[in-house]
Amino acid sequence: MNKIPSALSLGLRRGGLEIRQFARQRESVVFTLLFPVILLVIFGSVFKDTIAPGVTFSQYFLAGMIASGLVNTGFQALAITIPLERDFGALKRLRGTPMPASSYFIGKAILIIVSMVLQIIMLLGVGILFFNVEMPTDPQKWLTFTWLVILGSACSTALGIAFSIVPKSGRGASAVVSPIVIILQFFSGVFFVFTQLPSWMQQFAAIFPLKWLTQGMRSVFLPDTFATQEVAKSWENNRTFAILIIWLIIGVFFSVRKFKWDRD
Amino acid sequence: MNAIEVTGLRKSYGQVHAVKGIDLSIASGEIFALLGPNGAGKTTTVEILEGFRTRDSGSVHVLGFDPKDEGQAAREWRNRIGIVLQSTSDSGDLSVIETIQHFSGYYSNPRDVEEVIHSVGLEEKSGSLIRKLSGGQRRRLDVALGIVGNPELLFLDEPTTGFDPEARRAFWALIEKLRGDGTTILLTTHYLDEAEALADRVAVINDGRIIEVSPPSTLGGRSTAMALVTWREGQEIKSENTNNPTAIVNKLSSHFNGEIPELTVTRPSLEDIYLAMIGQTHE
Repeated sequence: MNKIPSALSLGLRRGGLEIRQFARQRESVVFTLLFPVILLVIFGSVFKDTIAPGVTFSQYFLAGMIASGLVNTGFQALAITIPLERDFGALKRLRGTPMPASSYFIGKAILIIVSMVLQIIMLLGVGILFFNVEMPTDPQKWLTFTWLVILGSACSTALGIAFSIVPKSGRGASAVVSPIVIILQFFSGVFFVFTQLPSWMQQFAAIFPLKWLTQGMRSVFLPDTFATQEVAKSWENNRTFAILIIWLIIGVFFSVRKFKWDRD
Repeated sequence: MNAIEVTGLRKSYGQVHAVKGIDLSIASGEIFALLGPNGAGKTTTVEILEGFRTRDSGSVHVLGFDPKDEGQAAREWRNRIGIVLQSTSDSGDLSVIETIQHFSGYYSNPRDVEEVIHSVGLEEKSGSLIRKLSGGQRRRLDVALGIVGNPELLFLDEPTTGFDPEARRAFWALIEKLRGDGTTILLTTHYLDEAEALADRVAVINDGRIIEVSPPSTLGGRSTAMALVTWREGQEIKSENTNNPTAIVNKLSSHFNGEIPELTVTRPSLEDIYLAMIGQTHE
């Protein structure tokens, strides 16, 4: 009798399968991957102002779009597609096999990381080619960027899986999830300069990860002189790190403890 | 050791008592059918055995394992069982062979993928995307995914719903083949001829209780039930219930001096017996 494959190796297999399935759904490829790029093109073309010396709105918006891309491809996509898979009975069927839940989660995380990397490449490409956004040269900034993307994707994946228990049905999932994401984007300084928002909005947004991701991304793509224009007069990257870790733990906890395989 | 051993199983949903104390023993290698109307407690019972639902009380052992347990032991257990659920419809963006290949990777000793495809008769659809399959072909894929892990115990929940008669015959032949391999099968079905053709024993479940367990040929006293002889006498169709149909036929034969007009001799079908059984308990 051979041994059952390990959870990790099954997770990698699931990752491959998730990517293959995703690539074959053209609508979702277009919607999840290209939507933030299209928004960048629209906003970048409409708002050409300079918001601070040497800082254009396009730069500000690019940082915000990369951050909200993490939320779109992770949290939003999972919180909508998992309830659909549950409605189809696909999750229940998986539950009946020796594949453990952790492998399913690993597979989703792989899909999110891969689509995230593709999206970031497209966003940066558009930013550089059309809006003259300059890439940072300081290696320290790229280090910050790397941990923001990894931690942000992990956080977004975990929270998306956790939130998938909320929508009652697959059909209704989009109606529950999308408004939450859009409101968070408005409150978190993606579409507007954060410090120009009413302070109650700022305080509300500060509870959730998106505000911290956008701020972290600004620390990468905006000159350090802009830090004084932030609410705390600094980039607060340590605090961003801590808050993302807390949300990651919350997401993992609910994913592991409350995940629903079957519609009741 | 029995493959499935259940005693005193109970389950309620709020005020609704779905399962009211079920005992069940299914031997290794046996094909066992669970019959019952919708809402009788069939699905609840089977889903408790499959580990999908919790129970209120009673003891359950499936291949020596309690399905409510979790962790690595549960993975080892799931490695030895196969489950064909009632209705599954995947997003359908994978081909038949990709899906079966992928699922085979979950198990320690999977069957050969090509062989599985052949045994459910999907050779010609092997490269097709799932969403292009017909209902019956999807159902055969479900069955393929249930058996690809080479299970010792297979759960089949209404496996042939939506099959045309030819596909059902082919499916029955597949089950016979699995029987030959020593697979234990727990089957729920609406089709009585299916239970009759496949099952070693049948349990009739109604209103959360098992009414009777016996081989299909003796269910509800079927083998000893009286035969009904009917024939035509002039304008009239006559009939007689009897324990000695041959004697009556002999008598009629000499009465008509040879051929008896429109003669039939029938015993109650499994369906007649079953309907009488579940009807009785409603009263």
